Amino acid sequence: MIYCDIVIIGGGPAGLAAAISAKKNGIDSILILERDKELGGILNQCIHNGFGLHTFKEELTGPEYADRYIEQVKDLGIDYKLNTMVMEISSEKIVTAMNRVEGLFEIQAKAVILAMGCRERPRGALNIPGYRPAGIYSAGTAQRLVNIEGFMPGREIVILGSGDIGLIMARRMTLEGARVKLVAELMPYSGGLKRNIVQCLNDYDIPLKLSHTVVDIKGRERVEGVTIAEVDDKGKPIQGTEEFYSCDTLLLSVGLIPENELSRGMGVDINPVTSGPRVNESLETNIDGVFACGNVLHVHDLVDYVSEEAAAAGKNAADYVKGVILEKDAGQEVILKPDSGVRYTVPEKIRVSHMKENLTVRFRVGSVYKNCYIRVDFDGESVINKRRQIVAPGEMEDIKLTRDQLLQYPDLKTITLRIEEV
Amino acid sequence: MYDVIIIGAGVSGAATARELSRYKAKVCVLEKEEDVCCGTSKANSAIVHAGYDAATGSLKAKLNVRGNEKMPSLANELDFAYKQSGSLVICRGEDELPGLQALYERGVANGVKDLRILNKEEVLEMEPNITDDVFAALYAPTAGIVCPFELNIAMAENAYINGVEFKFDTEVKDIKKLEAGPDEFEGYELHTSKGVFKAKYVVNAAGVYADKFHNMVSEKKIRIIPRRGDYCLLDREAGGHVNRTIFSLPGKLGKGILVTPTVHGNLLLGPTAIDVEDKEGTNTTSDGLSQVLEKAGMSVKNIPVKQVITSFAGLRAHEEGDDFIIGEVEDAKGFIDCAGIESPGIASSPAIGEMVAGLIKEKMGLEEKDDFISTRKGITKPDTLSMEERNTLIRENPAYGNIICRCEMITEGEIIDAIRRPLGAKSLDGVKRRTRAGMGRCQSGFCAPRTMEILARECNKPMFDITKSGGDSKLVVGTNKDVF
Repeated sequence: MIYCDIVIIGGGPAGLAAAISAKKNGIDSILILERDKELGGILNQCIHNGFGLHTFKEELTGPEYADRYIEQVKDLGIDYKLNTMVMEISSEKIVTAMNRVEGLFEIQAKAVILAMGCRERPRGALNIPGYRPAGIYSAGTAQRLVNIEGFMPGREIVILGSGDIGLIMARRMTLEGARVKLVAELMPYSGGLKRNIVQCLNDYDIPLKLSHTVVDIKGRERVEGVTIAEVDDKGKPIQGTEEFYSCDTLLLSVGLIPENELSRGMGVDINPVTSGPRVNESLETNIDGVFACGNVLHVHDLVDYVSEEAAAAGKNAADYVKGVILEKDAGQEVILKPDSGVRYTVPEKIRVSHMKENLTVRFRVGSVYKNCYIRVDFDGESVINKRRQIVAPGEMEDIKLTRDQLLQYPDLKTITLRIEEV
Repeated sequence: MYDVIIIGAGVSGAATARELSRYKAKVCVLEKEEDVCCGTSKANSAIVHAGYDAATGSLKAKLNVRGNEKMPSLANELDFAYKQSGSLVICRGEDELPGLQALYERGVANGVKDLRILNKEEVLEMEPNITDDVFAALYAPTAGIVCPFELNIAMAENAYINGVEFKFDTEVKDIKKLEAGPDEFEGYELHTSKGVFKAKYVVNAAGVYADKFHNMVSEKKIRIIPRRGDYCLLDREAGGHVNRTIFSLPGKLGKGILVTPTVHGNLLLGPTAIDVEDKEGTNTTSDGLSQVLEKAGMSVKNIPVKQVITSFAGLRAHEEGDDFIIGEVEDAKGFIDCAGIESPGIASSPAIGEMVAGLIKEKMGLEEKDDFISTRKGITKPDTLSMEERNTLIRENPAYGNIICRCEMITEGEIIDAIRRPLGAKSLDGVKRRTRAGMGRCQSGFCAPRTMEILARECNKPMFDITKSGGDSKLVVGTNKDVF
């Protein structure tokens, strides 16, 4: 058995930032476990630029952004194991991992930081009917084939889903010589960032059809085409609107799911809305000393916020190991409640005694709202009113709370977040 | 010249090949696809039915009960996943009770053991997620579930080890009768996409195409109707929703949709029953899939339909007479039909193989081999080993320490074994059916490129030649910017 203060599951952007922060906050015994052959996670295949605008005030590519953190990890002498799969974590924080060299081995951790990221939703999750030929890829799989291995998955492409990876891949496939015929989106709005719609679709004259989906896939061996239809406001295809697109490839960018199989296995409570762990102000799960950050907690659209969130988790884990916040009396507990228009909040509760000076509460809205207010009520009293021209499900929102602010409300039970249209 | 040619490497063909390989005979299996288990055998409910469904005295009834009895020992011999988990046929009202009673009596007449009729309370205690309006159920403890791929593959591998030849990508186009020549020999000449093959006996185990081959040699025509069944497969998280296979009594709601755990712990819903023209028409339809979800919800409550990870359709080889057709064709001596093998085909397969091989053995007077190898070892499943055993395995072969499919936790070692073993995998789907790599919740999103690399390396092929399932199912079509 190996003993370690903090074991970090995953060496992507979240794991790296968490490790650096934990180290800078005084913990030396840290181990990052990464299943891939290098650190950096999904950033390694995101060769487009636009990363780091908030953190570094520069436009970096994914690998460049990752490298800034990887260099720090190396400079700080933080231990990591590559090609190492975590098989299981017990509720007592014993991590069972495996690689080719050491075989199966166990690590007893004082604190665990979950930073496993997310995976793409497959075709089956949408129940798209038709044949099951070659040429149906999730956008991220295609991205790996093209950007890491240099292989073209196809020549004529239809993309279902306008999530960011789908939009980025529309541009990438075009640049690599494929013809992207259409991006279809089931919802009446795009799930991706506005800037990606402009830079990846509009700049290349790739049509985007909102409220459309794939209703049939043709081709027995290789995709020969797909039928697209308009959907009604319940997402059901409208008869008579079918249109056939010949293509050899269908890329799916239909959502991301936090990868919480290990978390569930150890008994971490999962929020059904985010599919990520329920956490408190310290980003700590229902299991003492088990923290979560990044896309395993909730799916982000900007890596800068992943790094920021992970740094907080790293610091909190360090404090936990050092016993800084191990107060017997949790004191006042405030519940964060998502209300109309707000789908969820991270965290879901605040122990005021454990709260740092500032706390960022992140959330997503359930629909597109124009000209609206983000309203935050403390037990019914309106405290924050943030005017926004537009909020959309594709862009994560946040509000900042301060410890001083909460201390002014000693009887506070519930903080409600909601969207109010003007 | 072969003694026997078997057309089709599905579960019936493989079972026949395996049983024939006990005898001194030159046997060859011709398969139009690139692998075994590519037709009806790969897309079905994978149920080892108890045997109460089919009419007493029918071949379906006899072979089902016999196959069910043979399955546990066969699973042991050939090392494939099988579980005697039991089944329940539920009915919703007292008016349906006579139907259930009739089923019970038919089961008893067919020789099914340990059947019992349970009342509502007993049913709900056994399976709390069954619909609250259940009235009673027929419980068959001998019913089970099996991995249909492994069953098929295991029988084929064992046949191969015992000397049966397998020719893939070999489609039979025409069959001609050979008249007795000077050496007084009779038999058949099979014209295929890969040349001409001759055999004294032909076994027609061609699934939905069995009518085509039968009708080439016989004036007494048969017709196989491809009857499509759509299915939805749910994540393993939903696998424990029921512990037994749940059927509805065929009745006012039509032929029921079953809800069953799979032998690998997923939850399977289906099938529909839609007669189609196209013998390759394995496309699911939106109507079919909604029917599956809707009807499954009538027998089992709170099915977590959001956990569907994939859907698929299979074609049952339905024959108008509604029974298996097994035996020598009346006007075509030496041509043995194994046709109309629909449900309970998987359950019956061990008995089908036994029956067909027995028939040929009698006719040809075949002698048993002394060196028949009756067992086969499946791919090592590291997750069934202790930590110590697993570490020994990794020390011997580090590829077992490298996880490729992270949903199902399948290692590189298992994938390499699947490719290198007898009748090994040649495609992504071939690897998937043998190891489950790519069969999990991400549906190969993560492991596909990695498995493709292993296939390319092991088969010494360029990536462009790696397919999903043989033929033109190429996975990549070129390199970046190669069109400029």
